[in-house]
Amino acid sequence: MATQPATKGTALRLALLSPAALRPSLGALAGFVIVTLLTFVGLMAITFFIGRVIPIDPVLAVVGDRATQEQYDAARVAMGLDRPLLVQFLAYVGDVFQGDLGHSVSTNRPVAEDLARVFPATLEMATLGIVIGVGLGVPLGVWAAAKQGTWVDQVIRVFALLGYSVPAFWLGLVGLVVFYAGLGWVAGPGRVDIFYEGLVEPTTGLMMIDAALVGDWEVFWNALDHLILPAAILGFFSLAYIARMTRSFMLDQLGQEYITTARVKGVSEWRVIWAHGFRPIRVPLITVIGLSYAALLEGSVMIETVFSWPGIGNYLTVALLNADMNAVLGATLVIGSVFILINKLSDVLYRILDPRSR
Amino acid sequence: MSPSPLLELENLRVSFPTPKGRIEVVKGLSFTLGRERLGIVGESGSGKSMTGRALLRLVRTPGAQVADRMVFDGIDLQRLSERKMRELRGARISMIMQDPKFSLNPVMTIGAQIAEALKTHEKLARRDIRARVLEMLEAVRINDPERVMELYPHEVSGGMGQRVMIAMMLIPRPDLLIADEPTSALDVSVQAQVLDLIDELVRDKGMGLILISHDLNLVARYCDRILVMHAGEVVESCAAADLQNATHPYTRGLLAAVPRMEETRAELPTLDRSAWSGT
Repeated sequence: MATQPATKGTALRLALLSPAALRPSLGALAGFVIVTLLTFVGLMAITFFIGRVIPIDPVLAVVGDRATQEQYDAARVAMGLDRPLLVQFLAYVGDVFQGDLGHSVSTNRPVAEDLARVFPATLEMATLGIVIGVGLGVPLGVWAAAKQGTWVDQVIRVFALLGYSVPAFWLGLVGLVVFYAGLGWVAGPGRVDIFYEGLVEPTTGLMMIDAALVGDWEVFWNALDHLILPAAILGFFSLAYIARMTRSFMLDQLGQEYITTARVKGVSEWRVIWAHGFRPIRVPLITVIGLSYAALLEGSVMIETVFSWPGIGNYLTVALLNADMNAVLGATLVIGSVFILINKLSDVLYRILDPRSR
Repeated sequence: MSPSPLLELENLRVSFPTPKGRIEVVKGLSFTLGRERLGIVGESGSGKSMTGRALLRLVRTPGAQVADRMVFDGIDLQRLSERKMRELRGARISMIMQDPKFSLNPVMTIGAQIAEALKTHEKLARRDIRARVLEMLEAVRINDPERVMELYPHEVSGGMGQRVMIAMMLIPRPDLLIADEPTSALDVSVQAQVLDLIDELVRDKGMGLILISHDLNLVARYCDRILVMHAGEVVESCAAADLQNATHPYTRGLLAAVPRMEETRAELPTLDRSAWSGT
């Protein structure tokens, strides 16, 4: 008699957390698809038209400044730039939906292929970066809030402030000087040592996962060796933001009445902080973490340059400088999709974590 | 009544720092309490809520509390370590908070919150905890406790939330219950139900009760003894039955301001504060 209701209760809770309960209805799903498509097309439109009005001539970038007028005109027609702007745009949108992002002028390869190469490099670095940022930033923020006003709080706040104010390239260079050149703890710039290059066939494009998939642990550890310093530096920047936000969310929670209720019950301070104070702030924290992650996925030009990292930030910068509009558009679309995806993921996590939003 | 009182309090002072120096919100409060029902009445800011929190040593920093004597059932509360004090909170002295909307954790189920109060103090098998929680929910007159256990606080009404709060605070079977304005956030129609419930449970279990309220009539109805607080001090201490014969001008002023059913006065008198504060 006593166990029967217990199983019933557990079943109910499981039902609330199962994917079935979270799966949006068909209507909601359709709404999501439409909104996403509109966002996507809007993003394309803005990037496309900005790309066409900037005073850089993509034709000139292809033919060079010594070309004759005939050569210039021929190239212009070949690139389709003689057509009306709207026709160009519609043609581009059509191509994108068929998976064709056009041809890159600067690398002379299809943009889609380029992106499949550079985005995983950034993804790998950003993912490890955000793991470090969350793994350290959240506990530090909670700790600072729990010890508000003490020296612990002050030290964490100064540490987080440094993350806000230190320039990325400086920290990257100093990191290389100290940990690579000086102490020799980590490997230098690049994704792997030169003699490991090309040893592992790229399947996902994530060097460490590819190496792990084929069981080549030597390459795996070498790739991690190269990744750890730039990822730690990125992690430090997101840590700064995450720790500050966590601290202020926590301070707000710790002033709530139900925290006093928990103390009245005699609950230990550890549980007061983590089970009562921290649980409700997971929802706003997801937004903060999602935005930080998306920002890292845009690629940090500074860090990628200092560490010779062939990521999307680098690619986008080179493309911009060469008026390589197809590449710029393609990279922008990837970054835009990442933002849309992360936002959607946050929404789903909200619903799992906050009973009030179900 | 047992020879040694449940709670002895002498000269309790609670103070908070301000730019102009420390301000005392409780200025030397003393009383003894047996297993009886004591009412503390006073206006906002009179220090009555801080008294309740100080008994649990939960005045939050930068606030500070001192007392010449604060002894609960032979235990000197001021000399207990923080750990020992935590073991005592909830288990022996408990407090019902004011507004269930804010005092229940929004992201924990009701069952989990009540169970936590029990688990903190007793080592029990999971099944026994569940049985005790169900039994307690029934004791606070919640129909269908199995369903309610799985609900979140935003899914229940204020009156039900407050009954959950009572269940949570009484489940470890404390000896002293402090009820800090337990009904001021509730509808009038639910107030009596909740207070009757507290009253019944307190009598059944032979607990001591400190009922903190701003409502004179309410306190007079549910308590044996009444302390009237004003500006951090006790201005009147009497048996509930003798309230109408109170002598202090503040109490008299409060009593005069209470509206009555068969009212013939055109205007309710306001408090003339100069009568006792000397300003």
